[in-house]
Amino acid sequence: MDPATAHAVLLARIQFAANMSFHILFPAITIALAWVLFWFRLRATATGQPQYLDAYRLWVTVFALTFAVGVVSGVTMSFQFGTNWPGFMNRVGAIAGPLLGYEVLTAFFLEATFLGVMLFGMNRVPALIHTIATFLVAFGTTTSAFWILALNSWMQTPAGHVLDGHQWIAGDWLAVIFNPSFPYRFTHMMIASGLTAAFVVAGLSAWRLLRAPADALARRTLRVGVLVAAVLAPVQAVVGDFHGLNTLEHQPAKIAAVEAIWHTGKGVPLVLFAIPNATTRSNDYAIEIPYGASLILRHDANAQLTGLDAFGKDHPPVAPVFFAFRIMVGIGVAMIAVSWFSAWATRRGAPAPRWLLWTLAGFTFSGWAATLAGWIVTEIGRQPWLVQGVLRTAEAVGEISGAELGASLTGYALTYATLFVAYMVVLTHMAGAGAEAAAAKPLPGASPAGAAVH
Amino acid sequence: MDLPLIFMVLMGVSVLAYVVLDGYDLGVGMLMPAASEPEQSVMVSSIGPFWDANETWLVLGVGILLVAFPLAHGVVLGALYLPVVAMLVGLMFRGVAFELRMKAQGWHRELWNWLFWAGSFLASFSQGFMLGRYITGFEPGFGYLAFAAVVGASVCGGYVLLGATWLVLKTEGELQGKALAWSRWGLLWVALGVGLVSLATPMVSETVRAKWFDFPRTLALMALPAACLWAGSIVWRSTGSIARGGGARDWQPFAGAVAIFAIAFLGLAYSLYPFVVIDRLTIWEAAAHPSSLKVVLAGALVVLPFIVAYTAISYRVFRGKAKAGLYD
Ligand code: HDD
Ligand code: HEM
Ligand code: HEM
Repeated sequence: MDPATAHAVLLARIQFAANMSFHILFPAITIALAWVLFWFRLRATATGQPQYLDAYRLWVTVFALTFAVGVVSGVTMSFQFGTNWPGFMNRVGAIAGPLLGYEVLTAFFLEATFLGVMLFGMNRVPALIHTIATFLVAFGTTTSAFWILALNSWMQTPAGHVLDGHQWIAGDWLAVIFNPSFPYRFTHMMIASGLTAAFVVAGLSAWRLLRAPADALARRTLRVGVLVAAVLAPVQAVVGDFHGLNTLEHQPAKIAAVEAIWHTGKGVPLVLFAIPNATTRSNDYAIEIPYGASLILRHDANAQLTGLDAFGKDHPPVAPVFFAFRIMVGIGVAMIAVSWFSAWATRRGAPAPRWLLWTLAGFTFSGWAATLAGWIVTEIGRQPWLVQGVLRTAEAVGEISGAELGASLTGYALTYATLFVAYMVVLTHMAGAGAEAAAAKPLPGASPAGAAVH
Repeated sequence: MDLPLIFMVLMGVSVLAYVVLDGYDLGVGMLMPAASEPEQSVMVSSIGPFWDANETWLVLGVGILLVAFPLAHGVVLGALYLPVVAMLVGLMFRGVAFELRMKAQGWHRELWNWLFWAGSFLASFSQGFMLGRYITGFEPGFGYLAFAAVVGASVCGGYVLLGATWLVLKTEGELQGKALAWSRWGLLWVALGVGLVSLATPMVSETVRAKWFDFPRTLALMALPAACLWAGSIVWRSTGSIARGGGARDWQPFAGAVAIFAIAFLGLAYSLYPFVVIDRLTIWEAAAHPSSLKVVLAGALVVLPFIVAYTAISYRVFRGKAKAGLYD
């Protein structure tokens, strides 16, 4: 690769990764928060208790804001596939295209259309229709995740494809969609979204309680967040473990990088911490558990594990994958501890102590950190492939000049920074103001405005 | 079955749907500075429940380009790289401003109001600019860029017309009165723009000239400009009639504006067919593998009727005049 192309590849990757990382933050919240809202809505209808409607009204504002940022950054993503990775569409477009197309047709229109009814229709349509609209938005976000994760999983563990000339086409669509890593990735991502939303709900409620300890609604939503997290966090660890074992089978180089195993061998130790050194191809300052990796990955202390040396040059950079994995798992373990302790501390309506509220407030965006770390493991761990074993990243890059990429990267970076700051400011402000502010205002539809038409 | 042709039609339909639907949103956004603060709330309420679904037609349009004509997608979006970025940045600010301008306070609120306007304007202008680049086959040179800028300004005018007539439909009283006046200004702006562009396009593009100046076909083709004039006169007369309290219905100006767009779109489609990239790639040369076209077509045929049905439901739920407060 000549230097100019290498430069363009790097810029294209940075731009794509920046866009993707920004986008995923918002679906990570909305996918699960939509289901939480649906649950609030159902309880409100079923029990007739106003507290559930209050909770709905409060959190739907957070949802609306998050959804809006998710939508606009998603629209940006859809333009980048072809521009940054034309080689991708030329070679595997017959598989990627329909999956993306089905996402637009079955998910995007559904969620976008019923979002209007969900946000503004509460007093315009009967409760049943409003509940259905809320359900359809939740269903739409999950369907969208289904298709995009099917595509992403296919890129990790391709299956069901056949070569036709120079293009790959689908031989068996079911095999393409339900490729070997899809069930694990979809489950893991859905739970990741559940955890992200649960900690956002618990954290913002805690933030509110620090200001206004008597806020009954905030106490209840804190409890909802904590309980959801306490259930999901251990499940996530188990699912993650299965996910990793499945990856070992299909992408051994990725796992070798995750565990920083440079050399194939038997009775491989588990590296808890180290600084992987790409020059000496070994680990500096390693803290290891003897036989640990063989034990965890093969359930046999003397089992042989394939090291990075087995892949020649075709393995991912070790350090980012290694560290990102440890960040994700570290946060996952901390989530179990925090959610379980909080669930216990708030049992039977007990108020949480202030230091715990501070801890939960600090964990508000822990799900984001773990989610980003997880995607870094997945995506960088797949390099140098774009589609594992089928298409290399360098083959897919476009002809956009470095200057244009640089200009657009700057534009996007400024936009994202502004949106991010605004999002955070508004969110913390809303959390501080709490439910009173939301309740003091008339319901969207309840204002004379909404009802006037009929 | 001629799959590429079917997809060309599908793509045309979703682009036209996008232009009309998001066009009125963007137009309302561009009209914001002309209204008082209470009026601005009503204006935003009138588009709030719809804008997201409207924008989804853009995602579908570019999705079809990507799925059905991957070669053209690379060429077109590669050549338009920077205006696309400008459009996306505009759409991003416009989209989040719905939420943020209501939730922010003090000067932040002012800032988001301003960004709402600026985002709408940037997105509209970039779309027109891209159209101008597209019909001239991305030729380099100052003249071509100037032509694209004129098209950009005309599209802004067109969206203002759509937005203003949408407000005639969705508002009442003083604001409706203003919207009637804006509609007429928008119409003049569009007439000027369409006139200039129709004159200039045959001059800058040989292919387009050959298609339109080919007697006796030219005579039949004159039906299009005639229809366009007729649609424009509907807008003019109905706005006048509503302003005087005459018999015209509130939806007539908007219908007229939509008709102008549909007719202009047909003319454009005629100019370009059968190219996806003018003079370079025909739809058949750029088409994707038939296997993927078939799968997507099957899905689209099943799903599109549902999309139309629930879009209709949503417009029914939010029918009638908009009021402030939807977002408060
Ligand atoms: C796991 C989930 C997930 C992942 C990996 C992605 N998305 Fe996404 N996307 C969603 C989950 C989602 C979501 C939950 O459906 C939305 C709706 C609102 C939101 O916040 O996220 C969304 C919105 C959204 C929209 C706006 C849709 C609308 O108008 O309603 C577009 C165009 C995209 N996305 C496109 C993409 C592309 C091209 C991606 C990959 C490269 C991608 N998304 C990754
Ligand atoms: C689900 C749909 C996704 C698809 C189709 C997808 C596709 C891609 C592609 C084409 C690349 C380019 C290869 C490269 O830059 O090296 C890439 C890289 C990357 N993606 Fe994804 N991705 C998806 C999801 C995500 C998500 C949700 C994240 C969240 C953070 C993410 C993070 C990254 C990162 C960090 C890179 C850069 C890797 C590198 O440069 O080495 N991806 N992905
Ligand atoms: C606690 C123990 C956890 C384990 C053992 C674990 C395991 C894994 C593994 C092995 C992968 C990479 C799979 C591959 O690329 O082939 C992964 C990816 C990922 N993880 Fe985790 N994980 C854990 C916790 C978490 C938590 C708490 C979150 C977020 C809240 C999270 C979010 C993600 C995401 C978003 C990805 C990328 C998508 C995917 O490939 O599934 N993980 N995880």
